[in-house]
Amino acid sequence: MDIFYTKDHEWVKVEGRSGVMGISAYAVKQLGDITYVELPEAGKEITKGVVVCTVESVKAASDIYAPVAAKITEVNSALESAPEKMNASPEEEGWIAKLEISDPDASKGLMTAAQYDEFVKSLG
Amino acid sequence: MLDACGVSGVEDLFADIPADLRAGELALEKGKSEFELMREMEKLAANCPTPGISFTGGGFYDHFIPSAVDALSQMGGFLTAYTPYQSECSQGTLQALYEYQTSICRLTGMAAANASVYDGGTALAEGTMMAARKTGRGKIVIDGCLNPLYRDIVKTYFSSGDFEIVEIAPLNCALDREKFKAELAGGAAAAVLQNPNFFGTVDDYSDVVKAAHSAGALAVGSFYPVAAALLKSPADTGFDIATGEGQSLGIRLSFGGPYLGYMAATSGLARNLPGRIAGATNDEKGRRGFVLTLQAREQHIRRERASSNICSNQNLCALRALIYLSLVGKKGLREVASLSRDKSEYAKERLGAIGGVTIKNNAPTFNEFVFDTAVPGTALLDAMAERGIAAGVALGAFYEGCEKSVLISFTEKSRKEDIDLFAEKLEEFLRKKR
Repeated sequence: MDIFYTKDHEWVKVEGRSGVMGISAYAVKQLGDITYVELPEAGKEITKGVVVCTVESVKAASDIYAPVAAKITEVNSALESAPEKMNASPEEEGWIAKLEISDPDASKGLMTAAQYDEFVKSLG
Repeated sequence: MLDACGVSGVEDLFADIPADLRAGELALEKGKSEFELMREMEKLAANCPTPGISFTGGGFYDHFIPSAVDALSQMGGFLTAYTPYQSECSQGTLQALYEYQTSICRLTGMAAANASVYDGGTALAEGTMMAARKTGRGKIVIDGCLNPLYRDIVKTYFSSGDFEIVEIAPLNCALDREKFKAELAGGAAAAVLQNPNFFGTVDDYSDVVKAAHSAGALAVGSFYPVAAALLKSPADTGFDIATGEGQSLGIRLSFGGPYLGYMAATSGLARNLPGRIAGATNDEKGRRGFVLTLQAREQHIRRERASSNICSNQNLCALRALIYLSLVGKKGLREVASLSRDKSEYAKERLGAIGGVTIKNNAPTFNEFVFDTAVPGTALLDAMAERGIAAGVALGAFYEGCEKSVLISFTEKSRKEDIDLFAEKLEEFLRKKR
């Protein structure tokens, strides 16, 4: 399974046509304690770059954008009662949605883990 | 300061307000002292017609206000029209808001309430917006029996953006159920209802709410809080969002405001509520305290994706409602409601017995009803005003074909002798007209 990142700090893990998305450890650190995740609805079709859901932290309410075009197959309902999972494990237990990816070349234009590390460093 | 703003005079600051909407010159002589001015204003005030007996309602009612409401709400620590952000120096006000929200939840049976919005119409429009946001749909089905002022406000709210408003015309002063349900089935966002409706008709909308839910729509209602003390609660009827005009809860009629819009919703919709919400918490020493909460919904944090642009509440009016509800209590509010209904039933009987008067409501009513005569409603009201009686609201201005209809309302303050006097005057007037 390959992991890719967006400039808006979402990650997507891709295996064939199936994917999982969430937000990066860097994003979570910037947000501070996450207090609420307004989850998307399973079954919803999303195009790349649209607002998928909203994450509220003690500092802000942030929109989370779709890293790829896809259909949402499952959402992480555990976040409803335990949003802190996003802080504790942003790239594993804190996943937001499982996806059925529309475009086989969806990862084009996204950053690899190494590229994303560089990107984050450049942000200072 | 004008220089800093880059304008040449005070007048320029009002340039955005169209000239025909501005107050213009006051018809007062210049150079009067404060004392002279007061005397002039008192003279003017004395000219205002104040009918001795009023049966005017239509969404705003002349209920009794205990003196303690004035005394307590005017305490220095409470007397603010604004929402307190700074919780460390606003505990009293925040606690009052929290308790106000609790009382609204108890009244409606809903799980969460906000700290109020401007008035009942705004509350209903904001509630309908919640449904549109939550469902992601744009079709709003509203009952033509909603207060016409509320309907106008809802339409104004939805006039921009990709929305469609379908209004179902009233059927015998009540909801045209079949037509309304048929519209819901076409992918509606919200079913918008009022109980009792504008004509005073009481309804149990359980079946309509069910139809809304099976169509994937939310049910939004406006509820007269005094009637709510007697009727099946909005929550028990299945409503998702309950709103209403809180003026009847200790707030004076004051020629149209300020009033109080209350809003409450199911727990799943709490984060979709607009405006201020007071919450209870514990401070670092474990002591109970109160704060404004869930602020990430609001525009000062969420900008253009906020749940609403509404950014204030009716703090003082909400406080008055809380004091009123605390003073009368559960039993007292039921008494107010029962008395209002009983007076209305008595009047219905008296008026119904007069030749040439037809009661229009077929279904049960709460504290108001509609009657027709052979005389235009406005002419009837003018004639009664000459006799010192404000006999209600003429419906011709709001509904086509209702030129001869009058909406009349009663509260616990309506005296039997006043109702009798009105019935006599009305009978006499109609007899002469024949």
